[in-house]
Amino acid sequence: MKNGTTNVLVAGVGGQGVILASDIMSEVFMESGYDVKKSEIHGMAMRGGIVTSHFRFGKKVYSPLIKEGEVDILFAFEQLEGLRWINHVKRRGKVVMNDHKINPPIVNLGDMDYPKEIPELVRSKIKDFYLIKGTDLALQLGDVRAANVVLLGAISRLFEVEEDLWLKTILNYLPPKVHELNRKAFAVGRAQIA
Amino acid sequence: MKQVLTGNEAFARGAYEAGVKVAAAYPGTPSTEILETIGREYKTIYAEWAPNEKVALEVVIGASLAGARAVALMKHVGVNVAADPLMTLSYVGVNGGLVLVSCDDPELYSSQNEQDNRHYARFAKIPMLEPSDSQEAKDFLKLGLELSEKFDTPVMVRSVTRISHSSGVVDTEEPKTPPVPIEIRKQTSKFTMLPSFARVRHGVVEERFLKLKEFAETFPGNRMEIDDTRVGIITAGISYQYAKEVYPETSYLKLGMVWPLPEKLIAEFFKKVKKVIVVEELDPFLEGNIRAMGFKPKAGKGVFPITGEFNPLILEKSMKGKKFKAPEPMYTETLPPRPPNLCPGCPHRGVFYTLRKLKVFAAGDIGCYTLAAYPPLSSLDTCICMGASIGQAHGMSKALGDAGRGKFVAVIGDSTFLHGGVTPLMNVAYNKSYATVILLDNRTTGMTGSQEHPGTGYTLRGEKTHKIDFAELGRVLGVESIRKLNPWNLEETEKIIKEETEKNAPSLVISEGPCMLMRREFKHYNKPLVVDPDKCIGCKSCVNLGCPAISFSRVEGEMAMTKDGKKRKGVSHIDPTLCPGCHLCYQVCKLGAIRSQEPSPMLGFETV
Repeated sequence: MKNGTTNVLVAGVGGQGVILASDIMSEVFMESGYDVKKSEIHGMAMRGGIVTSHFRFGKKVYSPLIKEGEVDILFAFEQLEGLRWINHVKRRGKVVMNDHKINPPIVNLGDMDYPKEIPELVRSKIKDFYLIKGTDLALQLGDVRAANVVLLGAISRLFEVEEDLWLKTILNYLPPKVHELNRKAFAVGRAQIA
Repeated sequence: MKQVLTGNEAFARGAYEAGVKVAAAYPGTPSTEILETIGREYKTIYAEWAPNEKVALEVVIGASLAGARAVALMKHVGVNVAADPLMTLSYVGVNGGLVLVSCDDPELYSSQNEQDNRHYARFAKIPMLEPSDSQEAKDFLKLGLELSEKFDTPVMVRSVTRISHSSGVVDTEEPKTPPVPIEIRKQTSKFTMLPSFARVRHGVVEERFLKLKEFAETFPGNRMEIDDTRVGIITAGISYQYAKEVYPETSYLKLGMVWPLPEKLIAEFFKKVKKVIVVEELDPFLEGNIRAMGFKPKAGKGVFPITGEFNPLILEKSMKGKKFKAPEPMYTETLPPRPPNLCPGCPHRGVFYTLRKLKVFAAGDIGCYTLAAYPPLSSLDTCICMGASIGQAHGMSKALGDAGRGKFVAVIGDSTFLHGGVTPLMNVAYNKSYATVILLDNRTTGMTGSQEHPGTGYTLRGEKTHKIDFAELGRVLGVESIRKLNPWNLEETEKIIKEETEKNAPSLVISEGPCMLMRREFKHYNKPLVVDPDKCIGCKSCVNLGCPAISFSRVEGEMAMTKDGKKRKGVSHIDPTLCPGCHLCYQVCKLGAIRSQEPSPMLGFETV
């Protein structure tokens, strides 16, 4: 990973904090001396739609979009959204998935089923698969909105970047009154991956 | 200093560094964040939301003629609205530098069409710069202002969604004071496009064009990168990045200025490489103009798609043709889609539920409510452009005559109404149709993420200002029948819409429900509603409101029967974390299976 470009695809549902998480990652890797590019779709995403953010870092990055099949790490904030982008992952890629489900409208209407056993399916295809109870752990800490920081804590274990830089950057993006909560959320997340 | 900025943030930064004094825009994806960033970060710039793009450009023209550097920012279709001043501005030219940023939306992430605004530069005979990343977004905005002053022309800078909403590392600098003094100068024959003056100015425009063509030949933003000479790619903007990603070792002619084109430089590039390929999203704009010069690229739109956005895979696939081997997919089942949806508690839902119930045809407009075209609401029937709903309803009334009464309405949001709906409403009254216009006043510009407008009572920077009274405005325009309704009260909503659509006179129905995301408009939200699983028979009445907080699950065995012995296929559930307590579902449930947790059931909210 050191010399080439590393590709992270962050996926979730509008309102989950996907964009904030990828903003934080861009900042962390720029501060670590890499060229970074990040691209996302918002606009209509606020209303419960699919949100994806392509994040890339390396010596020199051209395209802000990752080529299909070239994702090194799929970072999914929701099970179905993880499965949706699975074909974009490299054969030897990694998947970090939040163990959480949000029904799309068509499932709420009873016209389609939410796919069953997504974690088992992904585990059968991807060797490096990490299922993180991000939403549950954030709820235990008292605020579901900290789920994205729990998940950032988990994914931070997959990179050789100092813990302090992650924490400093995360707190920079958040108002002081939630710093203590998010410090804990990050630590809890970090403990999820050995 | 190095910063990670989106393309839109970089445009804003460029305006700041170039000493821009006035910036005006109307919100529109993907352009909105440029002015939002200016409003938030760069207080030295006067920034305003104009009621529409035409006004925004006119404001900026005034500032420029007074000597100030000024920028107008809009989405691609916004340029259509501003096209009238733009075409003649080309003749008038500028004093302070003037840049119009057009953000195109290939792939239609949030737009009604996929038009390629490079044509506008050619049409208006003005230069267009096209950045390929955030650094160039900042640099080209500044350069655009300089070129504008140097050549006495408005300059367009074209972005696309993938530039505006992508981030990259940008080197920032401190702002500089622009060279042009700010003062009133009378230059009647240059500013006043009477035919006699404009005839002369057209000649000036043509001479300026020749000078710009010369400039393009030596402009450093148009550069050759000569490597492997078997293939040379001519490209610009975001397509350059995709091409470099897939073919890092080939030769490039990378154009930073896409109009006018550097003919000599292109000729030189054709000599240097064996075959030339033109890589560009949407229309064959570069290719067509290069072919018109007499050059023969080996490939262009014959190979690459003319619709949609590019990405590295599309590029590789198009280049390799039959030789392309698609990567083996790991998973091929069809997954449930997740289209954008009206929010839980959205004030639009009650109106569209009622229109569906009354089987009324709704001439629609641009905004969140356009989403009501999707099932299960399926009750919005047209969408063309900002303000178009009202003219259509008027035209329908004239075509259908008396037989059409009670059968159709126009629906339009508050911001959209002020953008382009006032004039057509005037026409409804003036030319005496019976059209009913439902104004969905949610007190914000919702779809683009809550921006202020003349009906909210606040400016871009949150100062209090005059707030338009829509009923008063309707009356002044000549509409006599003006009614207000609470969209969360279904009985009232149905009664008023029915009465108004049956009248043989124009009517304006104002739906007064603030956007759920506008916290300042609500005293408080209500407690979430609860489904009683003993009573629910799974009739889906509530589910068919299309509320994201309500879900349906099938039941089997013991559960397939209610407490009092009615058969059922499933039960509804309300997610308490999503439900703001609008009580629409409470009203549509005929069995009393949805319980209010308020002391007495609320039909809507206590608003400010």
